[in-house]
Formats: sequence, structure tokens, C-alpha cells
Amino acid sequence: MTSSSSTASPNGGARAGGARVELDGVGVRYPNAPFPAVDGVDLTIESGTFAVLLGPSGCGKSTLLRTINRLVEPTTGTIRIDGGEIRQRDATDLRRGIGYVIQAVGLFPHYTVAQNVSVVPRLLGWERERVERRVDELLRMIRLDPARYRDRKPRELSGGEAQRVGVARALAAEPRVLLMDEPFAAVDAIVRASLQDEIARVHRELGTTIVFVTHDVDEALRLADRIVVMNAGHVVQTGSPTEVLERPADAFVRDLVGVDAETRRLALERPLIER
Amino acid sequence: MSADFIAHLGAHVVLAGAALLVAAAIGIPLAGGAVDRPLPRGVLLALAGGFRVVPSLAVLTLTIPFLGLGFAPALLALVVLALPPILVNTDVALRSVPNATLEAARGMGMTERQVGTRVRWPLALPVVAVGVRTATVEVIASATLAAFIGGGGLGDYIVSGLQTGNFPELLLGAASVAVLAILADAALGVTQRRLALSLSPTSG
Ligand SMILES: Nc1ncnc2c1ncn2[C@@H]1O[C@H](COP(=O)(O)OP(=O)(O)O)[C@@H](O)[C@H]1O
Ligand SMILES: [Mg+2]
Repeated sequence: MTSSSSTASPNGGARAGGARVELDGVGVRYPNAPFPAVDGVDLTIESGTFAVLLGPSGCGKSTLLRTINRLVEPTTGTIRIDGGEIRQRDATDLRRGIGYVIQAVGLFPHYTVAQNVSVVPRLLGWERERVERRVDELLRMIRLDPARYRDRKPRELSGGEAQRVGVARALAAEPRVLLMDEPFAAVDAIVRASLQDEIARVHRELGTTIVFVTHDVDEALRLADRIVVMNAGHVVQTGSPTEVLERPADAFVRDLVGVDAETRRLALERPLIER
Repeated sequence: MSADFIAHLGAHVVLAGAALLVAAAIGIPLAGGAVDRPLPRGVLLALAGGFRVVPSLAVLTLTIPFLGLGFAPALLALVVLALPPILVNTDVALRSVPNATLEAARGMGMTERQVGTRVRWPLALPVVAVGVRTATVEVIASATLAAFIGGGGLGDYIVSGLQTGNFPELLLGAASVAVLAILADAALGVTQRRLALSLSPTSG
């Protein structure tokens, strides 16, 4: 693979694309827990889909997400990425091919922006020149001027900038799957809206399969191709934003999307740029 | 400065320095190995707490039956004194690295070893340094007492000053130990601030 200096696509025009992620009867029971955190989840996320796991706090979203990069090992079931069982793969090797963004950002405070962004490429042993080119390309992609931001430390960034660097870092080695765990929960509403636009644009440009966790209904409706509604460790409904709003599977989903369902449905009909 | 003074100062620095090196070489890896293992960690911290309340002179005297008089028992006693702050600070340092940061490192595909060497230890270092600094001041001060068991050093002036009622000699011993401790503390303070600064915004 070679990287071009194009700002938009890290592949110089060719899309890195997304992988198909299949979960088959996935369950997780933490040691000594009275009941499973995730129970019998069957879920197929097609290549290039922006999937959002939506549900109240504690319902098992993060646990389910973390089974995909094996930070959590399922107690039952299997997970396949592009048809290959992830259990068969070396965990660190698997993770280097999957982007991961968390709410607390998790940028390394002792690294500069450039060093943070290039963690995975350096783990993969890319040559210095290729790493440097990739860093600049990624910073331009998330609209941070490389000359100004490359050598900053995370503490010199605003919350929104830090979160964008977190996204750039996760995308550095062109992963075909990107996992995001409430990535925008800690920033204010205005910054969150612009970060949401940003990730939607990146998704359109790269076609990466994204699995995104949130408890925020509006965020889910705004970003998702498919919403996966969870409650108490189970998936209770899977569908497009419109389907979830118009045909909630049960009382739980109806309560979740709430009394504003009609307003939200109307909002969906406007294009993303205006919203 | 007389040759005699320089010899005593040298002996003091060698004794204290050796004790610190040994304590750091044992204490830092030990605390690092135990930090994620509840049982060994509990035992280690309990021991550190126990040693901390034992007076320096008691440790010094208790080593005599085993090692006799001289440099070796003094060294052992000082190592025992230096260990608690080093153990406790290393433990605190490693535990204060945010879980989210470590999770991010693992999530990106670092091996456990890489998480340690590239993320956890570098972030813990400034607080480890605080432990070494605390231990240094304690060891320099306590090395004075080593003179009572034949360990040599600046404490010799105090011991002989007390025995002969030579007040200026006693003062020389006490004052030079104090100055040495202050200088070492200041030097390590600078190092420690450098380490902390390398994690802060202004270092670029
Ligand atoms: N490491 C863990 N050990 C034990 N229990 C956990 C752990 N992580 C999460 N849990 C429990 O599993 C359930 C699901 O948690 P989580 O997946 O974090 O939910 P969500 O992300 O939807 O808020 C909760 O009851 C939580 O307390
Ligand atoms: Mg969560």
C-alpha cells in the first residue's frame, strides 16, 4: 500500500472500504456477575455500514463493542470479520487493524499530536517518511493544520481538537472497521455537532464500517445507517432510523425515542448538512 | 577543606548513594511487578508500612548481630530505610496512570510489554522520582547514624564530638549533613520537575 498526499482520501482515491462484521450468539458474563452483561446477540453489520449501538447506561453497549477488538472475550458465541473468526487471530495483530476511539480520548499525554496519530503505523513498522506523510494527510483530513498542530501536546488542544486527533489516530493505518465508544459525550453541544458532521463526512469518504456506541437518541438518528437498540444485554430492535422511529419494536423502544418521535422523524427528512 | 573532611564526606556520599542505588534497583521492579497482583501487592505495601515506622537507629542496631560492625550493616540498614518511599511511590505512580489511557494503548494493538514501556512507565516516572527524592533525603540524614555502628561518614564528627565534648566538631558534622541533604534534594527537585514538565504543555 502506498499513501498519496491527497487530503481527502488516504488511499489516493481508492477507498479503504469497510469490513463485514458478524456476531453470532455473542454473550458476555463477567466473573462473579449475577447476570450476563451481553446475552445471545446475533447481529450482522454489512460492509461500510455506520451502525450505532443505542441504549441506556449499563445495558451492555461498551461490552459488546469491546468484544469486536477482543478487549473483552465473549463467554459464548463467535465473531467474524470478513468471514474470519477473530478468535483465531492474534489479539494485538487484530487490534492493529481495527480503529478504536473512546470517550476519554485516551491520547497519550507524553506524546505529541504527530506521535499519537502515528502509534499504529509505528507499531506496524512503517518507514519514517511514510509515517510522516500519513500524519500530515490525516491532520488535513480532520481539518487541523499540520504545521500548527503536529508538534503540540494533547494538553494544548481543546476538547474538540483532542477528540478529532483521537479519530485521526484510530484511522491512521486505514482500518476496515472503526469502533467508537461514546466518543463525543464529553464535549459541548456545538462542538459535538461539528464532530458528528466530521465523522459522517469521513465515513462517506472512506467507506469504513463504523460501530458507534451512544446513549443519545438524537446522535444515533443523526449518524446511523442502522440503529441497534439494546436493553439489559439484549438487542431489542435493529433498523434504519426511520424504521426505529416509525415502528418501534416494543414499549421500551417507544419510550426511548420518546414523545418527540414525530419531531425527530421530520428532522430526519432534512439533509445532514442543514441539520 | 581538609583532606580528613573530604574523606568523610566521600564516605558519606558513597554509603548513601550505594544504599539508594540498591533500594531503587530492588524497589522499583518489585513494586512494578506487584502492582497488578492484589496479594503480592498487599504484602509488599504492608511491609513498606511496617518498615516506615521502625526508627532508623533501631534498624541500624538490629543489623549488628547479623552483619557485625562497619559498612555492610550500615548499607543494609539504609536500604531498608530507603525502600518504603520507593515502593509506595512506584505503586502510586503506576496506579495513577488513567485506565482509559492503558485501554486505548491495548485497543490500538500494543502488547502488554509495549503498554508498559511506551505508556505506563513513562507516565509514572515523575511520581517514581518523588519517591527516590524522599528516600534520598532520608538516607543522607540516616547515614549519619551509621557512624554509631562503624559505617563511617560525616556522622563520625558527631560521634566523636559527643564523646569528647568538642562542640565545633559536632556542629561541623551536623551542618555538613544538613547542607548535603538540602543540595541533594534541590538537585533531584530539578530533575523531577524536568520529568513532570516533559508531560506538560509548555515543553512543546
Ligand atoms: N470489567 C467489568 N467487570 C465487571 N462488570 C462489568 C465490567 N464492565 C462492565 N460491567 C458491567 O456490565 C454491564 C454492562 O456494562 P457496559 O457494557 O459498560 O454498559 P454500557 O456501555 O451500555 O453503559 C454493567 O452492569 C456493568 O456494571
Ligand atoms: Mg459504555
